Amino acid sequence: MIVGIKNLTKTYTMGDVSVKALRGINLSVDEGEFVAIMGASGSGKSTLMNIIGCLDRPTGGTYTLLSHNAGILNRKELASIRNSHIGFVFQSFNLIPRTTALENVELPVHYRHGIPSVKARKLARESLERVGLGERIHHVPNQLSGGQQQRVAIARALVNDPAILLADEPTGALDSHTSVEVMALFQELNAQGKTVIVVTHEPDIARYTKRIIRMRDGTIISDQKVDTPRSALKDLAVLKQEII
Amino acid sequence: MRVTRLLATAMKSILRNRMRSLLTMLGIIIGVASVIDMVAVGKGAQVQIEDQISAMGSNMVMIWPGAASSRGRQMGAGSRQTLKLDDAEKLQRECPLVTAASAISRTSGQVISSSGNWQTTVYGVSPSYLTIREWELQSGVSFTERDIRASAKKAILGKAVSEELFGDQDPIGAKIRIRNVPFTVIGLLKSKGNSSAGQNQDDIILAPVTTVMNRLSGSRWVNQIVVSVTDMNLMDEAQNQIESVLRQSHRIPLHEENDFRIMNQTEMMDRATQMTGVMTLLLGAIAGVSLVVGGIGIMNIMLVSVTERTREIGIRMAIGARGSDILMQFLVESVVLSVMGGVIGIAVAWSLAWAADSFLGLRTEIVPSTIALAFIFSAAVGVFFGFYPARKASMLDPIDALRYE
Repeated sequence: MIVGIKNLTKTYTMGDVSVKALRGINLSVDEGEFVAIMGASGSGKSTLMNIIGCLDRPTGGTYTLLSHNAGILNRKELASIRNSHIGFVFQSFNLIPRTTALENVELPVHYRHGIPSVKARKLARESLERVGLGERIHHVPNQLSGGQQQRVAIARALVNDPAILLADEPTGALDSHTSVEVMALFQELNAQGKTVIVVTHEPDIARYTKRIIRMRDGTIISDQKVDTPRSALKDLAVLKQEII
Repeated sequence: MRVTRLLATAMKSILRNRMRSLLTMLGIIIGVASVIDMVAVGKGAQVQIEDQISAMGSNMVMIWPGAASSRGRQMGAGSRQTLKLDDAEKLQRECPLVTAASAISRTSGQVISSSGNWQTTVYGVSPSYLTIREWELQSGVSFTERDIRASAKKAILGKAVSEELFGDQDPIGAKIRIRNVPFTVIGLLKSKGNSSAGQNQDDIILAPVTTVMNRLSGSRWVNQIVVSVTDMNLMDEAQNQIESVLRQSHRIPLHEENDFRIMNQTEMMDRATQMTGVMTLLLGAIAGVSLVVGGIGIMNIMLVSVTERTREIGIRMAIGARGSDILMQFLVESVVLSVMGGVIGIAVAWSLAWAADSFLGLRTEIVPSTIALAFIFSAAVGVFFGFYPARKASMLDPIDALRYE
């Protein structure tokens, strides 16, 4: 078990008003799973993802990531967990502007202490090759297409070999063809053994995963295994034929 | 993050906003350059004054008449007339440490030659005066003890006086009239230029002290006595000897104050150093204020930079940057900014001092310790004024920072 969540609650207090974003979540994710967390906006899926990603701390309940009790760690400890065990992929790519793809991918290695620059560069190159971006690594984000930027972001998420790849609406800013490409990449990485959690509100995206969790009003309303997920690669081949 | 990486990140960010970085640095550049140059000007003045004091002669002791007082009102230095020609001779005779002594009787008057006229100061001195002041003759001869005894009407001209009276011609042997008294020019002094007070030291005529007292001023008193002492280290002892000889000569009772004042070159030097030291400190302090203002400029820009890069900070935190990593990133950036400003400031200070020296003739003396101090201070300004913005950046909440537009 990689992620173990028990009776997790999160309450935001703004002045006199308190909002219960999560009301008792129970969830466990094993190694090698490919999970989609679905729900409308306000369902609490982003809050859940922030807690799983160690960006935020729960108000109640427990969250265990690998062997760490992540619910009680301080800022510094959370930062080092994010660095070594979590790989974030965002909707808006969130690459650092005016910084080359290679340097963006190197960055998490630099925040891991005591890694020489040469090694960081090597790891970054390998990671970029893994997502199919061998060339164009010296381009800055605004010289790259959306799909390429998202690949750089995925390479950056992978570079420290994290336990979980955590993607928040990874296809939200991409056209449908590129979205399928990105999902194909996630499927490929999952096939290699990487645990992937995708937060999305699009059923089309969720059907490429192996398990779909639906949320509403801060609770999980359904948790289904998908027996035969769609193959993004096959869809891509079909799309290609349609264009021809 | 490693130091090299932090430096590279900082440089990149600084180079990305070249104009802004340069303007920010300008505050530090001006601050550092003005501290160094202000101190250099102060130090230059000090060195110049010291040079001039030591150029006045070697191991020199000066004696002036004391201040007169009437009903408790002090009249100021030189207001009394207590020094006599005899005193100078006595000092030379009776003080073993005194090698030479010369009375000075000053007067001013119109000087007329065959081709011009000029108003100047006439110094009545004894032949040893030239030795005491270490003045040299460009041509001609000096007067002798015999001329003193005979009140000979012989004169030595300063360069400026000679030019006014005779132009380019050689004045030796020519006749001049000082206040209508005829004199023969026997010597010409080497040029010495201006003194620290801006006085032209070549605008002078030397004549035997007796001649000046008897034929020009008609005074029984001398204005000053200058004495040269065998050894710089025996200055205090020599001064004691001089004091006791003069007290005896002036018949001053045991508990009464001296009716004369003594000062030696070392004391003059000390006073000058003290004065210019205060000036240097003041100039440096005023310039230091501009360095602080420059620091505030850095803080301002760093705060803007943190706000602008809030999202970037969020990204960095999401991929594992700790608060301390973010703190260091911004702190290093502000220190690099201020140290670069410091280095450029040092270069600017150097070239300005050089330019002032060679084009304006303003003596400047760059003090190496101020360079080190200004450099360290500029780095400290970077740390001090960079800390608050950097701390602010490091305290950001990653989720809020990521959402920031």
